[in-house]
Amino acid sequence: MIQRDDQGRKRARAAPWLLLGPGMLFLFLFFFFPLYTLLEMSLSASPSRFASPVFTWEWANYSEALTQYGEQFSRSFLYATLATLAALAIAYPLAYVIAFRGGRYKNVLLGMVIVPFFTNFLIRTLAWKTIVGDQGMVVDMLRTVGILGEHESLLRRPIAVIGGLTYNFLPFMVLPIYVSLEKIDTRLVDAARDLYSTTWRAFRKIVFPLSLPGVFAGSLLVFIPAAGDFVNAYYLGSTKTTMIGNVVQNQFLVQVDYPVAAALSFVFMAIVMVIVAVYSKLLGTEDIA
Amino acid sequence: MEGEAYVRDTEQGERSLLPELDSEGAIDAVISIDHVTKRFGEFVAVDDANFHISRGEFFSMLGPSGCGKTTTLRMIAGFEQPSSGEIRLDGKDVSRVPPYKRHVNTVFQQYALFPHMNVWDNVAFGLRATKVSKPEIVRRVTELLAVVHLADFATRRPGQLSGGQQQRVALARALVNYPSALLLDEPLGALDLKLRQAMQLELKRIQREVGITFVFVTHDQEEALTMSDRIAVMNEGRVVQIGTPQEIYEEPTSEFVAGFIGMANLLAARCEGSDGEFRIARIGDQAVKVASNGLAIGDEVTLMVRPERAHLRTSAPPMDLAGVSAEVVDLVFQGPIVRFDLRSPDGTPLVAHVGPGSDLPLLRPGDQVWMCWEPSAGRLLPRSTQGFPRPDVLEY
Repeated sequence: MIQRDDQGRKRARAAPWLLLGPGMLFLFLFFFFPLYTLLEMSLSASPSRFASPVFTWEWANYSEALTQYGEQFSRSFLYATLATLAALAIAYPLAYVIAFRGGRYKNVLLGMVIVPFFTNFLIRTLAWKTIVGDQGMVVDMLRTVGILGEHESLLRRPIAVIGGLTYNFLPFMVLPIYVSLEKIDTRLVDAARDLYSTTWRAFRKIVFPLSLPGVFAGSLLVFIPAAGDFVNAYYLGSTKTTMIGNVVQNQFLVQVDYPVAAALSFVFMAIVMVIVAVYSKLLGTEDIA
Repeated sequence: MEGEAYVRDTEQGERSLLPELDSEGAIDAVISIDHVTKRFGEFVAVDDANFHISRGEFFSMLGPSGCGKTTTLRMIAGFEQPSSGEIRLDGKDVSRVPPYKRHVNTVFQQYALFPHMNVWDNVAFGLRATKVSKPEIVRRVTELLAVVHLADFATRRPGQLSGGQQQRVALARALVNYPSALLLDEPLGALDLKLRQAMQLELKRIQREVGITFVFVTHDQEEALTMSDRIAVMNEGRVVQIGTPQEIYEEPTSEFVAGFIGMANLLAARCEGSDGEFRIARIGDQAVKVASNGLAIGDEVTLMVRPERAHLRTSAPPMDLAGVSAEVVDLVFQGPIVRFDLRSPDGTPLVAHVGPGSDLPLLRPGDQVWMCWEPSAGRLLPRSTQGFPRPDVLEY
């Protein structure tokens, strides 16, 4: 009897580890281990152009990463911020309408938000290139109404890159916001209106604060991949819109300077982590019941 | 229309219900529901409701689910608009006025407290939306938190409170605005029995303390009887009777009210003649005397006797008692009383509560008895076209 209890307790203690096991193993093999090799690489130096890099505590890689690419770094975070704001501005009303006015079409509308994902990321970006291309309808229209000059175009300008980022990551903003709005008990809005609040005040004081967790999750899901993206800047931009992703890609695949590329990746990661930490502090989402 | 006819014989009804008084609003009515009908598509949720609620009154709307009581409350609050008719608050027509411009406040069924705000901010929410000065807000919130005994909980979040405490926050949040009337939508439904009974008394206390009109929606007849000054019993969108708890219980005007409020024995009868102040009703082959209440001779009627007004005899009752023969089906000892389940010869289920001090011999299921009552304890009701309430309603 006592023995069985002991065994049971042992098993109960082992259970969480057994459940964690596969995931941890996967993470270790395919995330922590490569991360470690990348870290090692970022502190290595190649003796010659064609020799493999050797670990030598080569801090110079970091000074190069920090000093040479400030422009691309700041451009990446600026574009990502603008794309996040644009996605928020588009996604919030969209999610709001689906959550509160969707009725029985809710799932259909949500499906339409996700449909673009059935297409490859690259294809979507190329489609966007066609849409805002010089022969496309958008440019045509903007030229007709005089917003764009006769020989001006949208492509190769920051707005094309930011637009592409917004377009590609929009569903990541819509879905979490939708989920947090959907959870809100509409009786809370009734209660606010009962307590002398206009619909607008009810939104500001009740609905929006309660949807902040979704806004928080959505903006991270858009901001982080957008900041690291290189496809949009590559296809839609020019040399004046290069983002840090393009630099890393170039260093890895064209220059074959692995150490600097690795150092750039680490600097990027560090900055993102600081931004996320500050952001979550500001929004204080863990506070929301 | 049925409802209106009955309401006229009740005392308060006469005062507040006759249409002639309507237009003046001469009585101190906080809320006037003036021939209000609410339709949702084809469905008629509220059918020609017409009554007043007086200042300082604890008024209940009672009925089974789907009877229109909550819809009526939501129309008073402003969440729904009447399809026809008029709702007046303090004499002003507010039928088309949005909720935030009406000086009534609601305690919602699941409280609907704002989860991201603490108790203080929840209670202050309504005041901050209006032009109330900061010191006045502090004064009033403090006052109301004291009234509901939550002064020490101001910084807690709703999620950190028990059901009863949340209930009191909801109450304070509404009352802090000093509304013309407080609307309560089944506010005790989510609490367990003991807490519910405690909160019933607490609500009564708070209502006496603040002196604000309470409009209380419930499906629990006991709750309504315990707390109300007046009750409006509703069924299928219509107000079927309005009166004090005592009137509703002792002088129901329909089979529905008789069956819904407390237990009732309902016997099919026929109005046959009169004997002085009494009517003679025939039940099967027995003629019984019963207090007259205006039903015409020859009508098919229903005779109602409350179980506690009935007693049992083993022999036929004397002339001055009314009674029907019945067979004992079951008997249940319930502490203060013994409950007898009986069956009349035509199969109608009957219930009699027999208290201590009766000199009955030991009765067993299958024994033949007489269920008797004072003629004044019987009450004639018009026969409803829908048949008797189902037994489970009768048992309610």
